[in-house]
Amino acid sequence: MEAVLEIAGLQKTYRSRKGVRRALDGFDMVVEAGQVHGFLGPNGSGKTTTLRTLLGLIRPNGGRMAILGREVPEHLPAVAGQVGAIVESPQFFGNFTAWDTLSLLADAGGVRRQRVEAVLELVGLRDRGKDRVRTYSLGMKQRLAVASALLKEPKLLILDEPANGLDPGGIREMRTLMRTLSESGMTVLLSSHILGEIQLICDSVTIIAAGKRVATGSVADVLASHASSSVRVRLEPGIDLLGAAEILRAKGAQVDLGTDFFTVGNANNPAQITRILAESQIYVSELTPASADLESVFLELTGTAPVDGQNRQVDQVAAAGWGQ
Amino acid sequence: MGSVSLYRAETRRLLKRRFTKLFTIGALLILAAVAAGVFFTNHKVGTDQIAEAKGKAHAEYLRSVASTEQVRKDCEAARGTSRAGEFPPNCELAAPAESDFDPEWYLPATFDFKKGFPDMVTTMAAVLALVGFVIGASFVGAEWNSGGMMNLLLWRPRRLQVLGTKLSAFLVAMTGLTVLVAAIWTAVFYGIASLRGVTTGLTSGTWQSLGLMELRALVLVLVAGALGFGLASLGRHTAMALGVAIGVIVIFQFGVGTVLAIAHVKFPELYLAPFWVIAWMAKKYVAEDYNSCNFDVGGGCQPDTLTITWQMAGSALAIILVLVVGAAMWTMRKRDIT
Repeated sequence: MEAVLEIAGLQKTYRSRKGVRRALDGFDMVVEAGQVHGFLGPNGSGKTTTLRTLLGLIRPNGGRMAILGREVPEHLPAVAGQVGAIVESPQFFGNFTAWDTLSLLADAGGVRRQRVEAVLELVGLRDRGKDRVRTYSLGMKQRLAVASALLKEPKLLILDEPANGLDPGGIREMRTLMRTLSESGMTVLLSSHILGEIQLICDSVTIIAAGKRVATGSVADVLASHASSSVRVRLEPGIDLLGAAEILRAKGAQVDLGTDFFTVGNANNPAQITRILAESQIYVSELTPASADLESVFLELTGTAPVDGQNRQVDQVAAAGWGQ
Repeated sequence: MGSVSLYRAETRRLLKRRFTKLFTIGALLILAAVAAGVFFTNHKVGTDQIAEAKGKAHAEYLRSVASTEQVRKDCEAARGTSRAGEFPPNCELAAPAESDFDPEWYLPATFDFKKGFPDMVTTMAAVLALVGFVIGASFVGAEWNSGGMMNLLLWRPRRLQVLGTKLSAFLVAMTGLTVLVAAIWTAVFYGIASLRGVTTGLTSGTWQSLGLMELRALVLVLVAGALGFGLASLGRHTAMALGVAIGVIVIFQFGVGTVLAIAHVKFPELYLAPFWVIAWMAKKYVAEDYNSCNFDVGGGCQPDTLTITWQMAGSALAIILVLVVGAAMWTMRKRDIT
């Protein structure tokens, strides 16, 4: 399949008085035509930096990027007309109406004005299009942002957290819209924290952590490749579940306590669990692979699963994998 | 085609902004108030006003003669008393002459277009330059602040073209506003002079001179606008331009002015921006050092002078403009947009 977006070895370094921070450290990503591609990563992992770099807003320190087969940023002006994007939550002049906002963008981009009505209809703002943006809710502003990205009928649509502020109905509408756009042949790159949504609507995903790609492929492949790493553990009745969990945690396991069981998230070698517990005279009665969802895979890959008693800091990534 | 559509969009954006409308209306109201003030404080001088002024001058002369005569009588009466010292010796008091009371002094204020209009052009230039600075700063500063600039760059990923087109659209709009206001301003004050003053002495040379002065006013407005735009773009916020402006006024004008005065610097005006603006508008500004004394042929004392010419002022404006707008363009090209 033809790649609409290719990123290879992308590097971005920020230098400040505090030192050097690698926001992107050789990041790779490929998005194929006609797909809805999820772009996932914890806060500060480099998602927005990647999107901004791709769109020419940030200058990379190294690496290669191409959109629709053209190298960017060199040929970005040539392909910009085919790329619709919103990066983070765009803000608009409160005193302009949605119609003003979009028609000004249409004028600037040489897009015919009729498109304004069409995209307002598409995102459900037709009846509020002549209202000032300052009267809009966050969700309505988000819809307006999506409308602005759709204005030029792009081949590639890049949306950074498009569901921010949307109500459940709005999230479902957005999901349907993404699907419709994808079926019409548009490629959608979707950055989001709503992993359930990504799992529902994305054909493929790329997961980034600490500026590097940690997983990529179809959603099914990513889930399958990490399904075995999480196991559910039951112990003999009457055994102190919390004490057992602490023993495993002391060895570096990521343990989530349930009512009468616990889950070890980074158990690449489940035999380790039985061995460590047996050393403490604790015997396992059940050890089953937990069915992985995208959230658990994401937490495992990015090392951002919450740990009891610890406040994880942004940029703090636990070492992935345990027991190998 | 692409640049033209961007230019049109930016012009539309500028004219649609409420800030632009409010500030422009505010400036026009200030100018209208100035014109109204000049209208109501000046009067046409005709034969009636001249006769009335002559009458007032004569009456004042008579009052002065009577007063002098009264003083003479008091002097005579005080001779030989302790109060004699309060009066001139021998009560020699010069009688006032009628020529000492020029009837012109008693004429009502009248607006002489030829003499008075240049000051009005400077007033207009100052008000419009302020408007240009603030609107220019807000036009780009609000875009940076709100994320609108980033939005625009997603559509037009040519940074210099976007900023340059935005600046061009703003400067063309300011040119239109200034030319229109200057034309109305000239007509209004010619009307005021016709109704409440005189329009004599207006040769083609006078009109040419006034035209050139209005052209310099236009340049001043555009430079101020471009500086506001450039500073706000450098700081990516309207407040940057306004902060610099306030900083320049407070630190460099008041602060430096005070320090220079304390240090007895010879021509402190040389370091103060308003005098350069005056030099630009009035073609020259002559600074005088009253601490110096150059004897003239009559034995009088003439101060040292230093003339700031309009060419010097124009060069200074050009240098500041190039530095600020150049830096804005450079940072636009180089800095990440985060």
